[in-house]
Amino acid sequence: MNLTRRETMALGLGATAMAFLPFRVAASATDDAVAAFTGGAEMADAGVTLTAPEIAENGNTVPIAVDAPGAVAIMVLATGNPLPNVATFSFGPLAGSHSASTRIRLAGTQDVVAIARMADGTFARTASTVKVTIGGCGG
Amino acid sequence: MASGVKPRVKVPKSASAGETITIKTLISHTMESGQRKDSDGNVIPRSIINRFVASFNGETVIDVKMEPAISTNPFFEFEAKVPEAGEFVFTWYDDDGDVYEAKKSIAVN
Repeated sequence: MNLTRRETMALGLGATAMAFLPFRVAASATDDAVAAFTGGAEMADAGVTLTAPEIAENGNTVPIAVDAPGAVAIMVLATGNPLPNVATFSFGPLAGSHSASTRIRLAGTQDVVAIARMADGTFARTASTVKVTIGGCGG
Repeated sequence: MASGVKPRVKVPKSASAGETITIKTLISHTMESGQRKDSDGNVIPRSIINRFVASFNGETVIDVKMEPAISTNPFFEFEAKVPEAGEFVFTWYDDDGDVYEAKKSIAVN
């Protein structure tokens, strides 16, 4: 099979696009979830705290805690999971503090993101990288 | 997953009026994510608890929307204000329509 220079270039481009495609799909799922929550609003860097372990041996139960004084809701996302949404905490009038902790599943080493919606309609975002030794989404 | 679901809740027996207390909840549930496959390669259908609500005397404390990334036997820890004596009601909503409920009274001293 003889390929011209132009055809070779086209093949190379196609292969590159294929290699990057899965990552782009994963990123857009996270972006979609963020957009659905914030409506595309700007996010401040301060105002929300995410406590997660640096290394999690078992991805099936990773303890996390979120805290955002003055928040009405906090969304948690796992950017590297097949489904990035994890949970959304909404605080009622009798919430003692705007914090909560739970245990989540992580498919592998990835960034966990917390976005808080404040009472005045602004948003704050934070992220934390968790190294996962054994993934928690099954095969 | 209608069988074997058992909610467990830890609430102090009493508090002073206006005090902030810590509540821990745990419910036994497999939280099947819908991502796993059985030995024949068939996807095991999703079956999770998708919502958890805690309220005190009818007022909401916390309302959590849960996704498949919440671990088996979902655990939550959070804080609540206790303005007067009353009853906490904890409700879990299952994908299959089941609703699990736990109640805890608290006295004010």
